[in-house]
Amino acid sequence: MAEAEAKKTESQSRPALEVAPGPHVHHGALTTRRMMLDVIIALAPVLLVSVAVFRLYALKQIVLCVACCVAAEAVFDLMRHRRPKIDNLSAVVTGLILALSLPGTAPWYVAVVGSAAGIGLGKVVFGGLGHNIFNPAMVGRAFVMICFASAMGATAYQDETSAVHAVTQATPLTQLEQTGETTELWRLFVGNTNGSLGETSALACLLGGLYLLIRRSAAWQIPAGVLLATGALAVVQNAMNPGADWTAAHHLLGGALLFGAFYIATDPVSSPLTPMGRFIFGLGIGALVMLLRVFGGYPEGVMFAVLLMNSVTPLINRWTIPRPVGGPVERKT
Amino acid sequence: MTMAPEEIPGKGTFERGVHPAGRKSYAADTPIEVLPTPDKVEVPLLQHTGKPAESVVKPRQEVALGELVGKASGFISASVHATVDGTTQAVSVATLPNARHVQTIPIKSGEQPLAGDALKQDHFGGDWPSSGLEQHDVQRIRDAAADAGIVGLGGAAFPTHVKLSPGEAKIDTLLVNGCECEPYLTSDYRLMLEFPAPVVTGALLAARACGADRIVVAIEDNKPRAADAVRRAAEGTGIEVVEVETRYPMGGERQLTVAVLDREVPTGGLPMHVGVVVLNVSTAAAVARAVLRGKPLTHRVVSVTGRGLKRPANVLAPVGASYASLIEHCGGLTDDAARVVAGGPMMGFAVGDTEAPLTKGIGGVTVLTRDDVRTAEETQCVRCGRCVDVCPLHLVPTKMALAARNKDWEQARRYYLTACCECGCCAYVCPAAIPLVQLMRAGKAEMPPE
Ligand code: SF4
Ligand code: SF4
Repeated sequence: MAEAEAKKTESQSRPALEVAPGPHVHHGALTTRRMMLDVIIALAPVLLVSVAVFRLYALKQIVLCVACCVAAEAVFDLMRHRRPKIDNLSAVVTGLILALSLPGTAPWYVAVVGSAAGIGLGKVVFGGLGHNIFNPAMVGRAFVMICFASAMGATAYQDETSAVHAVTQATPLTQLEQTGETTELWRLFVGNTNGSLGETSALACLLGGLYLLIRRSAAWQIPAGVLLATGALAVVQNAMNPGADWTAAHHLLGGALLFGAFYIATDPVSSPLTPMGRFIFGLGIGALVMLLRVFGGYPEGVMFAVLLMNSVTPLINRWTIPRPVGGPVERKT
Repeated sequence: MTMAPEEIPGKGTFERGVHPAGRKSYAADTPIEVLPTPDKVEVPLLQHTGKPAESVVKPRQEVALGELVGKASGFISASVHATVDGTTQAVSVATLPNARHVQTIPIKSGEQPLAGDALKQDHFGGDWPSSGLEQHDVQRIRDAAADAGIVGLGGAAFPTHVKLSPGEAKIDTLLVNGCECEPYLTSDYRLMLEFPAPVVTGALLAARACGADRIVVAIEDNKPRAADAVRRAAEGTGIEVVEVETRYPMGGERQLTVAVLDREVPTGGLPMHVGVVVLNVSTAAAVARAVLRGKPLTHRVVSVTGRGLKRPANVLAPVGASYASLIEHCGGLTDDAARVVAGGPMMGFAVGDTEAPLTKGIGGVTVLTRDDVRTAEETQCVRCGRCVDVCPLHLVPTKMALAARNKDWEQARRYYLTACCECGCCAYVCPAAIPLVQLMRAGKAEMPPE
């Protein structure tokens, strides 16, 4: 109506004007899709190392998980009569993280079921992206771990008959638990050991993690908290067991710690909102990982640690409401 | 780099905020020009915070430029004056870009004794003394500001005489705000550059009225020429000119008091509660003009700017002129113009009807093209916390907006919804394109009082 009036009163022909709420400009580069794309780019070194070390094992898992996650997202969206939103790439990220957190030796149905559970139980039942409480990839992984315990257990990683060298060995943490044998630091760093596909190379995780932090697509407080807590507790543990070969550095570089700290824990949806909250969240994960490694039955605790801390994220958000500038008291004027 | 002058207690900056592209170049180098008197103006009776003015003219009455047409009704209200010579018409109603319906007094222009360059000289030219101002009685300065209908010209349009009458509060510092942190806008910049003298005189008078011993003019460090001009004009007056970091929303009162004085205005309070009065540079110039020359606020400098205009410019325009007349003066819209914004792109309101009248608080008309505006559709909040990372008041915008959307007033209070100053930083960065400011504005309006 306003437009029609304007047209009447102004002689020159003019383009149609639109009315929309401000701000009228936007930091153009920031979109959900771009954030997800950043995660995918940051995963590139990890993906490369996993394919280099695990060959077809890795390729199979990655392709299967990504395809199944995207398909699951589309199917669930259609079932809820929504336009599938696979173009925001979040399902691709879930698929990649799930694949990289599985053992290469896990059979195909583990990937399929894990993807469906991750997207379905981890995300869709909560109402889709943004509403989920738990990290979808970790929900998927936990689900297959319960369903197919034997395919996911510590010993399942190893296949002595495999043609791929890494797979013939036990994972470094299992080796430590069973034989007390310590893997050299440089191997943990480079990544030519057995383990879940994405966790073996500390170097690749650090490279990708650095990219995420520089792009600010992950909050630095989370990995900082994780590494700080794990490192500190590991130093304490070392001090209590002098002479142990598995040092604090091994704890930091070994297992899924770095992969978890940079790629899993930093999932924005299931982590706290405020800088303080994120730091507490990171500290919690780091501490839980160490507790599970030292006292737990499983050699690896990153998944459980993340899921546990996800469940207290709403609480952390409530505890860490920042003090507004000017103080919290509403002053009557 | 920002220099943090040792003399000021603040760091010259505040935490968080954003750095939108400045885009000042469209109009920064065009000297202030005068809008040819439009055939008709429509003077709104409410263009400020507080109560509307009451009409004191009859329809078909001859009025002269500067004659009172609407009288302030109460303390927090402001008078309005005829902004052209002409004949009044029956009281009408207009919808301002901020969606408020207000009564207006339309005036059909007649013969204009004062127009063109003479009008500009009348406004800002001539001699502006910076000494001997003690002869002006404190109460007389306040009354002059009230009689002139001066309101904050930086956007909030709060009646200036109220600020100059702090009552019980003890004021020690007058902060003169020359930040102009909104992208695109250059009207304050041009004023400081071309006519720093009235700004200095006005600041001295205002400081006298509110009892401040110290005067600090704060200018963002992307306007060094303006800072130099004001510094030169202020020589020997004791006024300090500081350059603060270019960071949006530096021009917000709360951010500026932190950046310059390291004082936090209490939530829900005013700068006067921490001993500060903040006045925009154009407002200061208007105070000088009212006190020394007895002239009411009838015109203001508006930047009409943006890629959507054929000839961006800074225009001295009468209050009540239509947005269409400003746009026409600036060559009209380009073919790809998509949105006309009253004010800057961060906090301004989109103009739906360009026949709407210009009000005192509007420092610019920004015309954006299809490429400038965001068209992304709203998606789910991914709880990325970027809005939290940029909120200059350290709020949690996503939670506040969610509470406002769900009308969950308890949560809204827990997250201090009413503290939000609607600066728009949160929505500026939100990757999910959630209309956070709109939600918060609606929530604040709907939230029942405690
Ligand atoms: S910036 Fe947008 S998507 Fe991110 S937490 Fe805030 S509201 Fe949600
Ligand atoms: S919540 Fe309010 S004050 Fe904070 S960034 Fe958003 S609009 Fe600005």
